[in-house]
Amino acid sequence: MSTKEVVVGDRRSPLKIARGLGSSHSGAHHWWVQRVTAAALVGLGIWFVILVLSLLGADFEAARARVAQPWNALLMVAFLVAMFWHAALGLQVVIEDYVHTRWKEVVALVAVYFLAFLGAFAAVLAVLRIALTP
Amino acid sequence: MANFTLPKNSKMRIGKYYPAPGASKPRTFRIYRWSPDDGQNPRIDTFEVDTAQCGPMVLDALLKIKNEVDATLTLRRSCREGVCGSCAMNINGTNWLACTQAIDDLSGDIKIYPLPSMPVVKDLVPDLTHFYAQFASIKPWIRTQSPAPSAERLQSPEEREKLTGFYECILCACCTAGCPSHWWNGDRYLGPAVLLQAYRWLIDSRDEATNERLDDLEDPFKLYRCHTILNCTRTCPKGLNPAKAIAEIKKMMVARRG
Repeated sequence: MSTKEVVVGDRRSPLKIARGLGSSHSGAHHWWVQRVTAAALVGLGIWFVILVLSLLGADFEAARARVAQPWNALLMVAFLVAMFWHAALGLQVVIEDYVHTRWKEVVALVAVYFLAFLGAFAAVLAVLRIALTP
Repeated sequence: MANFTLPKNSKMRIGKYYPAPGASKPRTFRIYRWSPDDGQNPRIDTFEVDTAQCGPMVLDALLKIKNEVDATLTLRRSCREGVCGSCAMNINGTNWLACTQAIDDLSGDIKIYPLPSMPVVKDLVPDLTHFYAQFASIKPWIRTQSPAPSAERLQSPEEREKLTGFYECILCACCTAGCPSHWWNGDRYLGPAVLLQAYRWLIDSRDEATNERLDDLEDPFKLYRCHTILNCTRTCPKGLNPAKAIAEIKKMMVARRG
């Protein structure tokens, strides 16, 4: 266990320390979405790999035309959203596990979610541009 | 933030060597020693024990050392038959009860340390204060709202059977002391032993506080620091499965969301 809380002058009871700030009544949603996105990525990941393999050797126009097809554009957006979402959830857990300096933890968590949103928006915009530009 | 080396006062020293001359079946025990009274760093003492003159379990050898070689060797033990959970320690890298670990099942020098990640009181005695406080924090007793019946609170054989595999926990702390998530975040993560106990009350047909219990557990740190590493299940000397209990709690959390 971490003993960082047991410092000289700490006269709290062991139970007071163990209870800490109590339950946040959250976490189930995070856990569930992490599993749903993981399951989605199994299927979407296979689809993505097949798409990429089928484009081996294709020129830019051919690749662009394939992505612009409605079903491909739709699945690509789903793949990108699931991937960035799942990655952010996973990185959040890693940071919470290992970063124990509070301000560093908060900065890292905000940065991860900011970059994930930014990356997801940019990627989806790119697909939309390809799909919606005649 | 990260500490890659032991702090100065935790660096291990090589301790004393106690040979067993004329032993017909000698085995070597390398045992962690630390006393709060002498201001010294912890050390590893080496004891040779004639296992021909000793009971079959690691605890027998430790008590032989304490009785015949070094009376200052400090450890907890009580029942010597795997029921009380007092003699949990790290034996050749695995948390186990010294009283149910046969010496003959171990190969090479037998290395014995106190349970990892817990503060050390002395030698092989860990400070379990926080562990017990975490246990108390889940209110591990029956909680009801209905008026108490005039006789026992009845339970069907099927309802009783649900507790099998979970009620047998002896709180030896082998699992919690072996859980990396509890090492890094034990101040907030309840750990496998306490979560197994929490589950034992969640599925007790007589308990009426399921809602409050789940409310108190739903927390990214108290419950969801479990990443299914499964050290807990591997190291349980009673053969229980804390990881299964935690997985079931997580399923209950989702089930009540609709």
